[in-house]
Amino acid sequence: MGAIILSAVSLGTLWAVMTLGVYITYRILDIADLTVEGSIATGAAVAAHLISVGVSPWAATAAAIGSGMLAGLATGLLHTKLKIPPLLAGILTMIALYSVNLRIMGKSNIPLLKTATVFTGIQTAFNLDKNIAILIIGVICALAVSVFMYWFFGTELGCAVRATGSNPQMARAQGINTDTMINIGLVISNGLVAFSGALIAQNQSYADVQMGTGSIVIGLASLIIGEVLFAMKTNSFKRVIFAVCLGAVLYRVIIALVLKAGMNPNDLKLFTAITVAFCLALPVGRGYLMTIAKSLKGGGSNA
Amino acid sequence: MLKLDSVFKTFNAGTINENRVLNGLSLHLKEGDFVTVIGGNGAGKSTVLNSVAGVFPIDYGTITIDGKNVTRLSEYKRAALIGRVFQDPMTGTAASMNIEDNLALAYRRGKRRMLKWGISSKERKEYRSLLSTLGLGLESRLTDKVGLLSGGQRQALTLLMATLVSPKILLLDEHTAALDPKTAAKVLEISDKLVKQNNLTTMMVTHNMRDAINYGNRLVMMNHGRIILDIEGEEKKKLTVETLMDKFSEASGEEFTSDSAILG
Repeated sequence: MGAIILSAVSLGTLWAVMTLGVYITYRILDIADLTVEGSIATGAAVAAHLISVGVSPWAATAAAIGSGMLAGLATGLLHTKLKIPPLLAGILTMIALYSVNLRIMGKSNIPLLKTATVFTGIQTAFNLDKNIAILIIGVICALAVSVFMYWFFGTELGCAVRATGSNPQMARAQGINTDTMINIGLVISNGLVAFSGALIAQNQSYADVQMGTGSIVIGLASLIIGEVLFAMKTNSFKRVIFAVCLGAVLYRVIIALVLKAGMNPNDLKLFTAITVAFCLALPVGRGYLMTIAKSLKGGGSNA
Repeated sequence: MLKLDSVFKTFNAGTINENRVLNGLSLHLKEGDFVTVIGGNGAGKSTVLNSVAGVFPIDYGTITIDGKNVTRLSEYKRAALIGRVFQDPMTGTAASMNIEDNLALAYRRGKRRMLKWGISSKERKEYRSLLSTLGLGLESRLTDKVGLLSGGQRQALTLLMATLVSPKILLLDEHTAALDPKTAAKVLEISDKLVKQNNLTTMMVTHNMRDAINYGNRLVMMNHGRIILDIEGEEKKKLTVETLMDKFSEASGEEFTSDSAILG
């Protein structure tokens, strides 16, 4: 049981990086960006291919981040220059990336058995358990990305990105090039998603062209679980970032527990989708309950 | 300071909804002019302001601000020269960001945004003292989300943001229309004060004839995308709502039909 939880937590820290990327598009830019379904696999594909031809794991991971940023830029340009609605622009890039990922890998699956990964370094150096090594690297990566995001969105440029997502009309009136800001947001977001993809591939010891399927929903589930449980009433950006990371970890733990409890793995995506739908509907449900509570109270006092 | 020369704008050209909104409009504003713009619905008042702001390209004509031809300049580039307040209080501020962030965004209007921290503690002090001049108690709420403010508070904040970096032109687009009468009066008073303090060249669109007469040194009336009446100085001071309506019929050959303009 302990081993299952540890493995889930360490995997969760890798997904936290991806969830932070989804946070940028979904919450800051107010765009549901489906590019991530492709770019997470692109990150995995680039990292796996480079590692398999002998490039160092960290350099391969850096290249993966770059490839994700390019994918984000593709979606950004489709949206800002060609005026394609963001949802559709993301879907187009996602579909295109499927072919691109096959080209990168040359086949649909690259195994990473017995190769060095970003985890094996400290694992052998300190003679650690594999999951502990993953946890340490995962926490360091998630922390680094968190610090980066806290810094970036506090800068003049980052504030301009936030303003663009909050109110584009106001942003333009304040002299902000909203197209550029949307591109910057999508580039950073997909860079992080690909980073996460590269880490996940090295963790599971293979990259697969299918591995992005449903990842946006997993990202949203993690994001919303984190927000609902840990950041409901806060204005602090630090707290929100932390909550989002915790959400990603908690999601993995929940999945591990329901699988342990005997749920058919084939039902996993259905379970995830229902979880997201439920969490997204929470405000509606709460409003509905409030109305009922009020009318009951009102009825009581009238009688 | 602001020159519009024979500006034409047609929306939905070539379709069944074709609508010529600006019809060869020309208007010259001197530095420090505070012009109120009135006219019936569809006269093209807001379209003039949006043309100046660059929300859409105009079909023909030129727009010059402070000697610089901005006709082809994109909206965000022109923003360096222009301060704007909109009719909808939601439009002028970012609701999900706090008061100081909004002010800091406005403070950087027309400047390059780099990787410096988005707000300094020196700015914070300055914002606090500026907010206190509004008399709305916002100076103690710097880190409150703007979404929590009332419409009047948001308009006052937008005004402050529009004038934080002194603009060449201030555009007020019916910025009190969505407010209750008391708040509207307060926001107008703040607007007038800021315009006078900074000697801002200003265009204010309003539906309220009395406000159009009481504020500013010049009044223009629009009809069918043109200026049909342009009154300034002593003559403007003597105006009453009745004489204004008479002048409208005289100039346009139509009755003034906008109820809200008459009643207001």
